[in-house]
Formats: sequence, structure tokens, C-alpha cells
Amino acid sequence: MELHSLLFLAFAAVALIAAVLVLLSRNPVHSVLFMLLTFVNVAAMFVLLQAEFIAVIQILVYSGAILVLFLFVVMLLAGGERPLPVLNQPLQARAAVIVGLVLVSELALVVLTSTVGGGRRGPDSPERIAAVGGNIEALGRQLYTTWLLPFEIASVLLLVAAVGAIYLAKEDL
Amino acid sequence: MAELLITLTKIVVVFGAVLTGMAYMTYFERKVLARMQARIGPNRTGPLGLLQPAADGVKLLIKESPIPTNADKRVFYLAPVMVFVPALLTWAVLPFGPGFTAFGRQIGQSIADINVAVLYFLAMGSVGVYGIVMAGWASNNKYAMIGGLRSSAQVISYEVTLGLSLLGCLMMAGSMNLSDIVAAQEGLWLGFLPRWFVLPQVLGFALYLVSSIAETNRPPFDLPEAESELVAGFHVEYSGFGFAMFFLGEYINMLAVGALASTVFLGGWLGPEIPFLPPVVEGLFWFSAKMVIFIFFYFWLRATLPRFRYDQLISLCWKVMLPLALLNIVVTGIVKLFI
Repeated sequence: MELHSLLFLAFAAVALIAAVLVLLSRNPVHSVLFMLLTFVNVAAMFVLLQAEFIAVIQILVYSGAILVLFLFVVMLLAGGERPLPVLNQPLQARAAVIVGLVLVSELALVVLTSTVGGGRRGPDSPERIAAVGGNIEALGRQLYTTWLLPFEIASVLLLVAAVGAIYLAKEDL
Repeated sequence: MAELLITLTKIVVVFGAVLTGMAYMTYFERKVLARMQARIGPNRTGPLGLLQPAADGVKLLIKESPIPTNADKRVFYLAPVMVFVPALLTWAVLPFGPGFTAFGRQIGQSIADINVAVLYFLAMGSVGVYGIVMAGWASNNKYAMIGGLRSSAQVISYEVTLGLSLLGCLMMAGSMNLSDIVAAQEGLWLGFLPRWFVLPQVLGFALYLVSSIAETNRPPFDLPEAESELVAGFHVEYSGFGFAMFFLGEYINMLAVGALASTVFLGGWLGPEIPFLPPVVEGLFWFSAKMVIFIFFYFWLRATLPRFRYDQLISLCWKVMLPLALLNIVVTGIVKLFI
């Protein structure tokens, strides 16, 4: 087996095992740390796909910002150990099965019908990205030409969220 | 195979150099601080006290590391590693010199010459917070906990201004690749001024200086380890090798932000030509010289300024530095549009 596939298998295995351990850890803080391990391994897989920009953003935003806030909340609120997650409530168990089935079928639908599923390659191959000058350049071009309107709408949405958060946090505004 | 071998060699050389540099940085700091306080500083171990870092290292290695009762053992052991490893990893993208040819192969200036180098640097900086938070939580000590919380709030806040202060230079260079950024600073302005980005980006450089000091938890922004109120902050329960790793991580981070400053703002390995020196050595000399000046500035501040209050620190970040950084970006954008 070549090095590339070997690395992929290693990262994928660690990511999956860590993801399972997020659920099975009895200490919430350990769960968050296993989640960090999953994120880092997913970032490594992005690097293998030559998507360095997404890999770095994955670490910078998810691990560096969002998960740190998770860790904060868990550290300050959840004291001590929690029991193992056992599905002992019938309603919860049924809801979990239904939601799980929906998610799995959605995933299957995406893999089977999309252009990149089933071993096919999508239109934006690493060669085409390299032709315009790399990850950041390709993404920038796409964002400011084809997807300008959704991009601007997303930024307005974020602005509204920021203003709302400040309004809620400050009583005497 | 040869590529792999070259990369491995580079990793060993760079990490060895960084760790040695870090050890002598502690000596340098103690000497500088001593002189500024009219003392002599370490002078007993070896000639001029030059073996002091080695003696300190051996002392820390053979010390006992007790674990506090009810501490979370695994997280407690992992925390120093989580500070040390990201700090060391930042060095993977920093370019040291103009590159050279050896054994018929072009050898690059950094371990990994990647296009997203600046973002990678910031990402590693943000991962370093975990070690501090984990240490604060796992120690089962309220001082450690407060230190950890302070530190993460501080680092998360100042990361924003650190990233934004660099953006002006990235816009001027039109790239996030550190080698390209250095290449964009080659030449002279008006025939005598070096084309370093520190001149047009004075505001950006000032913001970077302040944010980088806060980001590395150094005085006057060393609130996470404020001795007078928190004993020692997040690493209060650590001794021996655990403490040594926190210490190493902090100093390697300082060196790294100094290296990034000299690369992005001060022209990296560029400098006046020195006769009879090969370009590689010359590049290395200028790069390290700029870094040492930057580090000296850190020590100078430590000896001069008293510590900030915590609320002052956070409001300085969000109410003064962030608007200034955004202003800098807007002005740079407008100027770039018309030139």
C-alpha cells in the first residue's frame, strides 16, 4: 500500500475512534478533548486532499475558537462524572433511532447521487485549483464572483448575530 | 525518498536550533533584566555563566513531579505537551534564508513552504490555549483554574487583533506564503529606505507588537500567571519536567512571534550585503538579528512596565485595538486600489 492511503487510513481510524470516545467518556471534559482529536484528524485528511486552506481553517475556527468555548462551558457548568449514556427512556430511544436513520439515508443519498460520490472526481480537481494559483486564490475568486450574494448575506447574518449578542449581554446600552 | 530525507534533516536541524536558541534566550533574559536592575546576573556556572541553561535543564529533569490529590491525572500529564507541541510546530513554516543548492538539489528556506503559512501560524497559536486551559482545570486548584480562564480569554481576544494586524501586509504582498511576503519586500524606497512593510504598516506593526505580547502571556500582560494575586496561575501545581515544558512552550512561542514579525514586517532574511559571506549565512544572520532585537524589546518591557489590570487588558483589545486594526485594513485597501 502506498504512503498516501496508509496515512488516510490512520487518520480516519483515529478520527472515528475518538468520535466514539466522545460519546463513551464519562467525564464531559474528556469528551471535549476527544472531539479536539477528531477535528485535528479531519484536518489532516483535508491536507491529504490538498485542501490546505480548509485544513487550517478547520483547526483555527473549530479547534481554536469554537471548541475552546465548549471547553469553557463544560468546565464551568458540568461538575464531576456523568453516567454512561444508556438509552433507558423509550421516547428518547425511538427519537434517536428515527433521527439516526434520517441522517444515514441523507448521507447515502449524497454519496450516491453527487458528482463526487462513488469514486468519481468533482469538477474542482487539485490541478484546476493549482492552475488559478492555489487554494486561497481559487476560493476567493469563487466567493467574490459566482457566490457574491450568498457571501454578503452570510456576512450580514453574522453582523446581526453579533449585534444581538452585544445587546443581550449589555443591560445598560 | 531523497525528499523525505531532506525534510527529516531540516526538521532535526530547525528543532535543534530552536531549542538551543530558546535555552540561551533564558540566559539572555536574565542577563538583560539583571543589567537593567543594576545587578550582574548568572555568572557562576561556566565562563560568564554560559552553562546556566544546561544546569537549569538538568535541575528541572531530575526534580520530582508530584500530582495534586483529586487531579485528573491524564489531562494533568497531557497539558504541558499541548503547550509545547503547537509552539514547536509553528516553526515548520518560518523561512530562515534564501534557500540554497546542495548535492544538486534546490533546498528550500523553510521545512514546509506552504501557501497558507500565515494562517497555519495563527492556527497553531490558537491550539496552544488548550494546554493552558487543561492545566488550569486538571490541577484541581482554584488559582490554577482562574489563571487558565484568564489566559484563554486573553489569548482568544488577542488572536483576533494579531490576525487582523497582519492582514495589511498580506494585502500589500498579495500572498499568504511567507517566502513570497519576504520576496515582496526586496529593494529600496526612494533609493535609501528598505522596502520593509514596517514603514507603510506602522500601525499594523504597533498592533502586532501589543497583541503578540498579550498572546504569549508576557509582561506587562502576564495576568494568567500574576504572582502577586494568583501565585503562579495555571502552572502553579507543576514542577520538574511538566513545568519545564510550559516554560519551553512559552519561550518558543516568543521566539516564533519574533520570527514572524521579522519575516512579515522587517524583511525576513533581507539586509545589507555582508562581504565574504555566502548568501545562506548572511540571510540567517539578518533573520536572527531582527529576531533578537524583537526579543530584546520584550525583555526591556518586562523590566520597565508594571502589570495591567485584567479589565483594562480586555477592553484595550476590543475597544481600541480591534477598531484600529480594521481601520488599518480599510486604509490599506483604499491605497492599494489607487496605486
